[in-house]
Amino acid sequence: MDIFVQQVVSGLATGGIYASLALALVMIYQATDVVNFAQGEMAMFSTYLAWTFLQAGMPYWVAFCCTVIVAFVGGLVIERVVIRPVENAPILSIVIVTLGLLVILNSTAGWIYSYIQKPFPSPFPSKPIRIGNIVFGAHDLGAIGVTLVVLALLFAFFRYTTLGLAMRAAAQNPASSRLCGIRVSWMLALGWGLAAAFGSVAGIMVAPVVFLDPNMMVGIQLYAFAAATVGGFTSPLGAVVGGLLVGVTENLVGTYVSFIGTELKLTVALAMIIVVLLVRPSGLFGRTVVRRV
Amino acid sequence: MESRYGAERATEAVSRPVATLSAARAPAVRPLDLIGIVLVLAVAIALPFGLSAFRVFQFTQVLIYAIALLGLNMLTGFNGQISLGHGAFYAIGAYTTAIMIDRWNIGYAWTIPVAGILCLVVGFLFGRPALRLEGLYLALATFALALAIPQILKYFEHWTGGSQGIVLSKPKPPLGLRLNEDQWLYFFTLAITIILFVLAWNLLRGRVGRAIVAIRDNHIAAEAMGVDSALYKSAVFGVSAAYTGIAGALSALAVAFVAPDTYNVFLSITFLTGIVIGGLATISGAVFGALFIQFIPNWAQDISKAAPWAIFGLFLIGFMYVMPRGIAGFFRVAWIRMTRPAVARGRPR
Amino acid sequence: MPAILEADDLHAQYGSTVVLHGLRFAVEAGGITTILGANGAGKTTTLRAVCAMVKTSGEVRFDGRRIDGKTTENIVRLGIAHTPEGRGTFVDLTVEENLRLGAYARRDRSGLDGAYEKVYQHFPVLAERRRQQAGTLSGGEQQMLAVARALMSGPRLLLLDEPSLGLAPLIVREIFRIVRTINREEGVSVLLVEQNAALALDLADQAYLLETGRVVMSGRADELKKDDAIRRSYLGY
Repeated sequence: MDIFVQQVVSGLATGGIYASLALALVMIYQATDVVNFAQGEMAMFSTYLAWTFLQAGMPYWVAFCCTVIVAFVGGLVIERVVIRPVENAPILSIVIVTLGLLVILNSTAGWIYSYIQKPFPSPFPSKPIRIGNIVFGAHDLGAIGVTLVVLALLFAFFRYTTLGLAMRAAAQNPASSRLCGIRVSWMLALGWGLAAAFGSVAGIMVAPVVFLDPNMMVGIQLYAFAAATVGGFTSPLGAVVGGLLVGVTENLVGTYVSFIGTELKLTVALAMIIVVLLVRPSGLFGRTVVRRV
Repeated sequence: MESRYGAERATEAVSRPVATLSAARAPAVRPLDLIGIVLVLAVAIALPFGLSAFRVFQFTQVLIYAIALLGLNMLTGFNGQISLGHGAFYAIGAYTTAIMIDRWNIGYAWTIPVAGILCLVVGFLFGRPALRLEGLYLALATFALALAIPQILKYFEHWTGGSQGIVLSKPKPPLGLRLNEDQWLYFFTLAITIILFVLAWNLLRGRVGRAIVAIRDNHIAAEAMGVDSALYKSAVFGVSAAYTGIAGALSALAVAFVAPDTYNVFLSITFLTGIVIGGLATISGAVFGALFIQFIPNWAQDISKAAPWAIFGLFLIGFMYVMPRGIAGFFRVAWIRMTRPAVARGRPR
Repeated sequence: MPAILEADDLHAQYGSTVVLHGLRFAVEAGGITTILGANGAGKTTTLRAVCAMVKTSGEVRFDGRRIDGKTTENIVRLGIAHTPEGRGTFVDLTVEENLRLGAYARRDRSGLDGAYEKVYQHFPVLAERRRQQAGTLSGGEQQMLAVARALMSGPRLLLLDEPSLGLAPLIVREIFRIVRTINREEGVSVLLVEQNAALALDLADQAYLLETGRVVMSGRADELKKDDAIRRSYLGY
């Protein structure tokens, strides 16, 4: 039983990371109708920036904040410069552009920082926390906490601010939004900026666990896709729940099902996707869109 | 959700334009087209006689990719079902050939149709549950398939030889023909390519083709007109898988080696890239795309040893800026612009 | 009377199909002008052209200043509000959120509360349903919401695109009555595009008749109403 709870908690911790990335995916998708395949690489690159700041001697939380801000600006700039020229192209063409971005970021990070893994510090104490017979890593709990804070900020932004409302509107109905004077193009850019900022938080939280290297986000990104799908691509809450579910399931399956080693764990995530998609194509929280002919 | 992946709302002036040109139906053969095709064929036939064995191999690979891309384009370009998992069918075809030759000593020529039929069935069966999924979700499910394939191949070691893979020997040219192995394989592949392309062209320009495109553009309306959307979509999945499976089979012969890690998710992504760059919902796009995915990565490596993929990424982005509808789409639009009389008086904004 | 909106040699096209051929019209400041015509005449396109929602060429002047060449968002911020064909409701947002978005480009933020009040006064049903999801409102209510949303920005010119489309006559009369009130009491100029010629000519001061993208007739609304040709072709008696 203790092992079970242990694995669940660990699963929630990794799930929190998946949730952040899934959230970023869903946000960009909701704001722009585009799935950003380069999401993970943007997060990875931001984490390298954080590493550079830390190497330069910045205190941890200062580096953290600087990275988030730089990531925000970076995401905004990328949308304005890279995505904007193809904003009105067919969707698959935009997908190819994000794939190109993925490959460029991955390659450039490898070139600048090399492919050797680097350790990345955690702001949380390394002493584990004991509750009864269960041991929690402080970092795990901390990561969950940070995710929750960031999530709460996001919700508040979209729910209660006019700008958040304008962003939602621009995503749902760009034509009407323009008629309200909303600069739809900038809303798109803002969406990318926010998503990049979240991605950077996720990257910083995950790097201490998996070590920093250019390919660190690839597997995680997959889990994030799985999470976003399970939750339903139209629902931020779903993305979070999806992320936690995927994290926990991955851990439990890895522990309790004998022939699933680390390799097939990925397949598990994907089996989850398929099952969800077959049973409920719009995901757990998603809404099926009614289309008029 | 599905609205961006299905190409309707053509009349909505303020929303994004449709995913592909309305000229997605394969056109009737115009005299100019015929000349072009004959020229290309002439070049294709002359090719192996002037080049090194390695180059011939590369062009054989181009033909193979062209078949695979045509298969994917049928599904994704013409029928609107996005597949990020066609590498799986490529792998199935390749392993079918490898196992049949290596384990059962069956002649290489026979393995091709077997691979095709097997993938046809598998594709059709996969297509049935996939009917419930649209757009992005289908892409994700197929992506899952692509990711799982190397794992599955490694798991069934007894059949597939596990991580080591299976080594084959290149087919020998028939007695009497003065060609070396690479040249023979090239012509063998070329013959199959031509047959498959002609079949596809015939299929797509007739009633079936129109039904397939109608389903992509507005499947509800298509069904209201009597098109059995479910049947067509599964069938297209099957045919598309068959084409890619045949391509995979041929690649096993060309490379003379199959191993699980070759058929990873990047292969599927490369295929998707190929059809978008080449031109969605076009037949010539398959050839353009094949040329791109075969040669551009090498070229990128020549340009920069340190970060070749960064250069490749730049190429991808650049192509999409200049030709958002792919190479074939670009040529088509340019042709229309050149041959159409000036209609509009207004300045575009 | 000075014109608040003027168009000169206005062309518009969808893709390569030209739909408007050199239109010339003007909206009197403080007045109601209507554009009539059959389906496909280009009425909706005209409003879209004013708001730069389609490719245009030619001149459009608002308050004497050229607005052709500006983007939709910027044109709207100058004080023009457009109620599009099909209402353009944000179906997933609440009524109140729709209104709040209408006020996004409002110049004087201090008048915001007053704007809500006025709008709820004109359309009490919206006040009742303010927290309801806009997509669940009836057609008539959505039309009211669309007009209300347009009013929230405190516009000087209101572009109305076929407000009567698909609505019961009673509701249409109500909406037209409110438009007249807004025009009289708040001095908002109106450019109304309508297929229902009888109603439109009753409401408007000036009228233009469009046929396949060209103005074929124009004049004071009450005179056009008496015109035999118009009566037979467009009023049906």
